[in-house]
Amino acid sequence: MTDITKGAIVPPRSFLSQDAVQLFYRLLAALLICAVLAVLSDSFLSLGNILNVLRQASLTFFIASGLTLVVLTAGLDLSVGANVALSACIAGTIIHKTGSPALGILTGLACGGIVGLLNGIMVTALRIPSFIATYGMLWVLNGLTYWYMAGETLHGFPAGFRQIGSGYLFGLPIPVYLLLVFLGIGTLFAQRTIWGQEIYAIGANPVAARLSGIPVARRLLLVYAVSGTMAGLASIIFLSRLNSAEADIGESLTLPAIAAVLIGGTSLFGGVGTVFGTFIGALILTLVLNGMNLLSVSANWQPLVTGIIVILAVWLDMKTRRRAQ
Amino acid sequence: MREAAVISQPNPLQRIPGVAIVLVLLIALFSVIAPGFLSVANLSNVLVQSTILTMLALPMTLIIMTEGLDLSMGAVLTLTSLCVAIVSLATKSMLLGLGAGLLVGATFGVANGWLVAIIGIPPFVATLGTLGMAQGLSLIVSDGQSVVGIPHSVRDIYSATLLGIPVPVVMALVTYAAFHGLLYHTRFGTYIFALGGNREALRYAGLSPNRLLIAVYAIGGAMAGIAGLLMTARMNSGHPTAGLGLEFDAIAAVAVGGTSFERGNGWLLGTVLGVIAVGVLRNGLNLISLPSSVQVASVGVLVILALFLDGLRSRA
Repeated sequence: MTDITKGAIVPPRSFLSQDAVQLFYRLLAALLICAVLAVLSDSFLSLGNILNVLRQASLTFFIASGLTLVVLTAGLDLSVGANVALSACIAGTIIHKTGSPALGILTGLACGGIVGLLNGIMVTALRIPSFIATYGMLWVLNGLTYWYMAGETLHGFPAGFRQIGSGYLFGLPIPVYLLLVFLGIGTLFAQRTIWGQEIYAIGANPVAARLSGIPVARRLLLVYAVSGTMAGLASIIFLSRLNSAEADIGESLTLPAIAAVLIGGTSLFGGVGTVFGTFIGALILTLVLNGMNLLSVSANWQPLVTGIIVILAVWLDMKTRRRAQ
Repeated sequence: MREAAVISQPNPLQRIPGVAIVLVLLIALFSVIAPGFLSVANLSNVLVQSTILTMLALPMTLIIMTEGLDLSMGAVLTLTSLCVAIVSLATKSMLLGLGAGLLVGATFGVANGWLVAIIGIPPFVATLGTLGMAQGLSLIVSDGQSVVGIPHSVRDIYSATLLGIPVPVVMALVTYAAFHGLLYHTRFGTYIFALGGNREALRYAGLSPNRLLIAVYAIGGAMAGIAGLLMTARMNSGHPTAGLGLEFDAIAAVAVGGTSFERGNGWLLGTVLGVIAVGVLRNGLNLISLPSSVQVASVGVLVILALFLDGLRSRA
């Protein structure tokens, strides 16, 4: 990675580029899965199920969108699931203690953001490789959450707060509106701001990025903090949707989020990918898991299938990029 | 490509301080604040409980020396432990159970090595994928339930003694001897140093780095199979979350033991001291009745500290 000439700085992504073709294939895959499921299961095309898929996909997307930025810098955040659990438990406690959902939401976001910032500090100031630093963080957070909750479950939150995760507006679940908002913000930020472009540049070639005057450490801090804050946001949605908080809610969230990012075409090696792709990735993954559910496949199969999908997604990504070169 | 030289024997004097100081500090701390910590019964308990971790941390050292990582080890151990339980329950034979565990473990190891070496997927993501697969298979073969009623021949392995030494400790010592011989006294060991330090050199020497890498990951999987037997014997059952997070303790032991994540040099004795340090930390916190959640968090802090110091040293 010390070769300055390796990997040019990626130009702004327009929707007419090679990436558009890649996204088109992924949309096609999603539609194909829909068609197969519509044939195999009578209930797939029901309005209730489609809304359920969208809501489920939005939960994965919130975590995965922040993670996308981290992966764009050739990093990884393995602590997102554990971060969701800790933030949800702390936000839940605050709402119970103070009765104020607004305060709870702020605490959840802040908790997620602080954890993300700590990840960023470990990666930039302490120079620990991101996957191992965030993996250590995963277990620290896990330990803290289990200790803090001591086997208890928090439940019963104000009705207004529960609307965030389970309410509807004009027939659509509220998380879907949030999904659209964050999809828009994420896409604009990554594609249309200088900071976003600098993040692509850091992932494509960190040495060239540093030499061209990009404050690499500050951008990395930002990226990990955003990833943590999005985990905090996801924790609020989870809390209000489940109407309860337990120490173990984050355990099955990290792998699907990583899967969504990778299916969406974001390269593990940095510099390539879009937030919109991650949305499609979250949709594809949710469709597969939803389909298994509709076809009465035991939930025990979900980690196996998600693991296979992660590996297949990286494999396909590497094959297509090798062909493109 | 970095131009690191092949290091055949690390200079132990450079590293003894780090992990030894950690260990001495931990023992001093707990002998003061934890009553009963220094008793013979408790210390031998720490040793016996460290055996499963030793069998994971030694192969993890080799994997990390190749600039790799195996996040799937804990989940693979869970799966092999279940295989040992199910097969020994069905056949009443401990050896067939062990055979099944070894086979499944080695298969996962080869798969990890294949994904990393041949397909070229970064190790932490490849093994995260196989972690999910092993976890899923564990749930599927056990249907989320414990497997109970395993034969005495399996259970007795954990409690039996050989010449007054507990059999698990004997197994760990034999494992250490085998790994020491393999790493420091065979050509294969030299190649492992080269895999992390200077992979190009292997290619110029006419060797296949890919095949060597697969072998290293396969050893890791097979060791998870043997450790699975010990886990089943210790719990007297197979349980679908038995190995949860064990890979993290193994990584912690390797990191505390002074093996570098970036420079392709490792130190097996350091890893063993690291295993004991993790064991002492967990045991001591347990004795002052802190819950296992705090133990997990403190192992996490220990790893981050160790990596931070490793980073400082590599820059010095």
